[in-house]
Amino acid sequence: MNLPLYDNGLLSGLLIGLLFGYVLEGAGFGSPRRLTGQFFLKDWSVFKVMFTAVIVAAFGLWLFETLGWIAPRSYFVPTLLLYGTIGGGLLIGVGFMLGGYCPGTSAVGFASGRMDALVFMIGMVAGSALFAAMFDDIRAWALETAGPSGWTLPQLTGLPALVIIFVLTVIAFLGWKLGTALERRFGGPYTAEQVLSEMTEPERKPETAVDQRIQPAE
Amino acid sequence: MEARPRPFWPPFAAGVALGLVLLFSFIITGHGLGASGFFARLAAWLSSLLAADWAQQNSYLAPYLRGNPLGAWISWEIVGVILGGFLGAAAAGRFRLGIEHGPRISSGSRLGFALLGGVLTGFGARLAQGCTSGIGLSGSAALAVAGFVFLAGFFLAGFITSAFTRRLWQ
Repeated sequence: MNLPLYDNGLLSGLLIGLLFGYVLEGAGFGSPRRLTGQFFLKDWSVFKVMFTAVIVAAFGLWLFETLGWIAPRSYFVPTLLLYGTIGGGLLIGVGFMLGGYCPGTSAVGFASGRMDALVFMIGMVAGSALFAAMFDDIRAWALETAGPSGWTLPQLTGLPALVIIFVLTVIAFLGWKLGTALERRFGGPYTAEQVLSEMTEPERKPETAVDQRIQPAE
Repeated sequence: MEARPRPFWPPFAAGVALGLVLLFSFIITGHGLGASGFFARLAAWLSSLLAADWAQQNSYLAPYLRGNPLGAWISWEIVGVILGGFLGAAAAGRFRLGIEHGPRISSGSRLGFALLGGVLTGFGARLAQGCTSGIGLSGSAALAVAGFVFLAGFFLAGFITSAFTRRLWQ
């Protein structure tokens, strides 16, 4: 089979984006309280959904390669940057806890009506421009790579991909069990009803004690 | 009156669905899912409108400006993400116009922190040459060392920062 198709056209983008956004919204990843709840150990959806997705896709890629449906190394594998990968991961972790989103989830937060997500997206454009403005000063170390181009865990460890996927599955299973126990202890995970009922909506003023005392005249 | 929202999907179902979408993306396009690249392109496009000379001479933005900076797969993908997110939210009664934050901060401070978080995230995504979707999720699915190093940084910083940001969310 001639896979991947390498179709990077408009319809391919729209269709894959549509599915991506639909699934992220269904997972509850438009909600910054659900997303950040991961790091208060109250809502483990980020860990559970991400790890499951990584394992499903990694196993699928292994299967397609093993069956000869796609050629080995025929798809993009990001290269490890010596400072950039870890530095970017750290900055995005801080930005996530301050802003409540990562780039993809902010688009879903905005799509489900959250104005804080729109502000986060404006901030990301500004942050990208700031990087561009500083690029000449930091490019020497920012672009420095570590290891070979597209370095993978099987190359690093010498273990077959299937063994790596099995180890990841064990880690995910244990993390899942721990997460579910902690969710129970801390009163999570967040429900759709809870996060939506506690949102500040523009046209509606928060109820005050005075409002509650006003009774309908009967 | 708004109808009661339908619950979020169970995490296992959402994870399997996300994994299948990710696999589908690899098979159709030859790469995984992404997001931050669109915002870099948006920054290049806006810079070319607001500060054309600076943008054309900037060594990071100039390559984007050789063609239409927004004319890329990732732009269509983000349009799709917004459409898909809207359709999903609307169909499940989960669309709400508003601002989400914890009960202990005002909407105004929430927006200030959202902007700050966005700036750090935008900068960080250029530094890592991708974000939680492009490097963390897609890179890890491709078993890239970069994917797992990125996620280690993301989770470490998230846990440390959570000690100082409880008031924003809880």
